[in-house]
Amino acid sequence: MADSEVLHAEHRLEYPYSRSTGPIIGAFLTGLRDGKFFGATGSDGKIIVPPTEYDPITSDDVGELVEVGPGGVIESWAWVSNPLRKHPRTTPFAWALIRLDGAGTAMMHAVDAASPDDLATGTRVTAKFRPAAERIGSMSDIEAFVVEGGAA
Amino acid sequence: MADELTTDAADLGPVTTLATPIRLDFDFTPGVAQSRFLRGLEQGKFMGQRCPSCNQVYVPSRGSCPTDGVPTTEDVLLANVGTVTTYCVVNVPFAGQSIEIPYICAQVLLDGANVSFMGLIQEIPTDQIRMGMRVEAVWVDESDLTPSLASVRYFRPTDEPDADYDTYKEYL
Repeated sequence: MADSEVLHAEHRLEYPYSRSTGPIIGAFLTGLRDGKFFGATGSDGKIIVPPTEYDPITSDDVGELVEVGPGGVIESWAWVSNPLRKHPRTTPFAWALIRLDGAGTAMMHAVDAASPDDLATGTRVTAKFRPAAERIGSMSDIEAFVVEGGAA
Repeated sequence: MADELTTDAADLGPVTTLATPIRLDFDFTPGVAQSRFLRGLEQGKFMGQRCPSCNQVYVPSRGSCPTDGVPTTEDVLLANVGTVTTYCVVNVPFAGQSIEIPYICAQVLLDGANVSFMGLIQEIPTDQIRMGMRVEAVWVDESDLTPSLASVRYFRPTDEPDADYDTYKEYL
């Protein structure tokens, strides 16, 4: 049998889980749907973004939710030269830990930039949300972060 | 607290669930031997393979004899008819079920084969199925044949008398 006669086919194994968000992460996702970022106030006064359900130090309930961002600072980053199929972008981009203005923690997301030369630790970026009608309450409601005042 | 934050989209209500599908994408190949079986289905026939050492005929063949560990190189065209060796009547609904219950799921030993395989039995009341019943494959229309078991719609009884127990007792 010629190799060309050997069959092959795409096979997808998928479990369609649906998770309950709880009130804190639910509020964060609701905020994303509204084009805003919310963090939770920790016992040390830091704003945790994305919010955790419980205080990471005391394990008590977290405090008040406050709005942060949408601008922030890159704390750390890695350039992805060859995006994979499941990555959020089809062109080269950076994964970055971004500390939003007002936040005490960094959040991971994609940064859309033309070249790694445009990025550095400390570079200011801002969130580029998808159009309101396309937002569903998910991290993917943020299309990417872009360099603040940059061409991208 | 969450409610206060959603005034922009109050009509949508707060987000309470998140879809998190877990997905694995495979490029699946059945290999040379099972490709022959599937190509056979595409032509409306059952293809098996014979072991050169013990002469057992496997359908679908995995390309080697599980007893002797040698390649099964001889292709064998099997009959469109066979014998029900054992069966199960499914009465319980379950998620993803595509066939109306109750239905019969049977092991069918095709004439010329030495292993049975699973098939759906139709065109008979579920309380009349029995071991030894002779059945034939009903295929989809020729234009709908694909290299898949979906080409076999189901098996249905023939008007032959039941097979003797001795003819299939080795295959239970």
